[in-house]
Amino acid sequence: MTGGRVVVVGCSAGGLDALDGLLGGLGEDFPWPVAVVIHRGADSDFDMIRGALSSCARLLEAEDKTSLSARAVFIAPPDYHLLIDEDRLALSTEAPSHHARPSIDVLFSSAAALGGGAVGVILSGGGKDGCAGAREIAARGGLVFVQDPATAGSQDLPRAAAAALPAARVLPPKGIARALVLLAGGAKP
Amino acid sequence: MRPLEARGDPERIAIGLLLEGVFQRYGYDFRDYAPASLRRRILARVEEEGLASVSALQERILADPGSMAGLLGKISISVTSMFRDPGFYAALRRDIVPYLKTYPFIRVWHAGCATGEEVYSLAILLHEEGILPRCRIYATDINEAVLEKARAGIFPLSAMKQYTDNHLKSGGRRPFSEYYTAGYDGAIFHSFLRENVVFSRHDLAREASFNEFNLILCRNTLIYFNPKLQGRALGLLAKSLAPNGYLALGSRESLHSCDGADAFEDVDARQRIYRRVA
Repeated sequence: MTGGRVVVVGCSAGGLDALDGLLGGLGEDFPWPVAVVIHRGADSDFDMIRGALSSCARLLEAEDKTSLSARAVFIAPPDYHLLIDEDRLALSTEAPSHHARPSIDVLFSSAAALGGGAVGVILSGGGKDGCAGAREIAARGGLVFVQDPATAGSQDLPRAAAAALPAARVLPPKGIARALVLLAGGAKP
Repeated sequence: MRPLEARGDPERIAIGLLLEGVFQRYGYDFRDYAPASLRRRILARVEEEGLASVSALQERILADPGSMAGLLGKISISVTSMFRDPGFYAALRRDIVPYLKTYPFIRVWHAGCATGEEVYSLAILLHEEGILPRCRIYATDINEAVLEKARAGIFPLSAMKQYTDNHLKSGGRRPFSEYYTAGYDGAIFHSFLRENVVFSRHDLAREASFNEFNLILCRNTLIYFNPKLQGRALGLLAKSLAPNGYLALGSRESLHSCDGADAFEDVDARQRIYRRVA
């Protein structure tokens, strides 16, 4: 159904605006599944996140073994890692990575196993979590987009990712969305 | 001469060969574990052993039981915490304990207990509800080394603040600090908590049911199985429950997409608490 393509996105709490811009730009008919890690505390509330991402109609919190389906955007639940597992989502309770659980690196690394089918998007964030995973996606033949640090609330992560990945496409969130829609072979209505 | 056609993903093939080798050599069957998390743990072991490939790890493991122990440790470690998901423990107090109280003798199975944090949490809860002496808790895991840690009941002092908070949020009735003494090694939990606990080795993926229980907790263990193995394990758990017995899963695990789900009905779907349909 998805043609083996998945978009994985990572950001920190300060990146919700950027994420909202990205998801709004993808539109409701975007044909590939999207899985997102937002750095969240263990008691973080999904309703708050859903409220902040009002541009997205089909936002779901991931459960273990949920089937990946097009037109749905899955958010990693608090205190679990989220992984892409062939045609499903998988959860893990492995130790936090760079103090983060859910971790962007863990999600991106699992997507890298898809090789050319993986698309990674790094949005506003602090810290290191996400850089290594983005490198893995690129190394295995996938694509990486990085939010233009000049447009990011927290610049550390996009800066580090852009520096580590010369081949990454650096764009503002809406620009990333437009590029993804073109890649997926459709025009936004 | 035409080049040979190659198919599939070499890494996935190498992992499959490693798991086959482990099964044939040591009898541990990880072939139906969920691929993504298993891959991650295997690649971490490759790095920790200073090797360059999954195939190199396979070669070493087949020759060296010490290396196999390292892999087993990696695969079976699940990082847990005391009173993880306080809302769940609050629901346990509210919805399940009243049912347990109707029995003169209560059997509980904690399947996949890892280092024991949730077992001690359960013991504390049952103690506070006044029924611990009537309970027999069977805490099982696939890894003997991890069970040793669980038997000791010593957890990092640095975690106590978080655990105290979790315990309070779950409806804890006594100050959490009453349950442990601060030692050099860590927080040593009082031995009365494990008096009614039997820690023993059991492989949920392969072994048969061994008793009938009023409550089974299997939290964040089935996530490491693929759907086929999860279905089989759920069948085992259903068979191990007394009529109207309760099953509790982890906070983001769901019965609904699996085989074996129709043996259960929802008690509290949000907290992942189910009851065996009589």
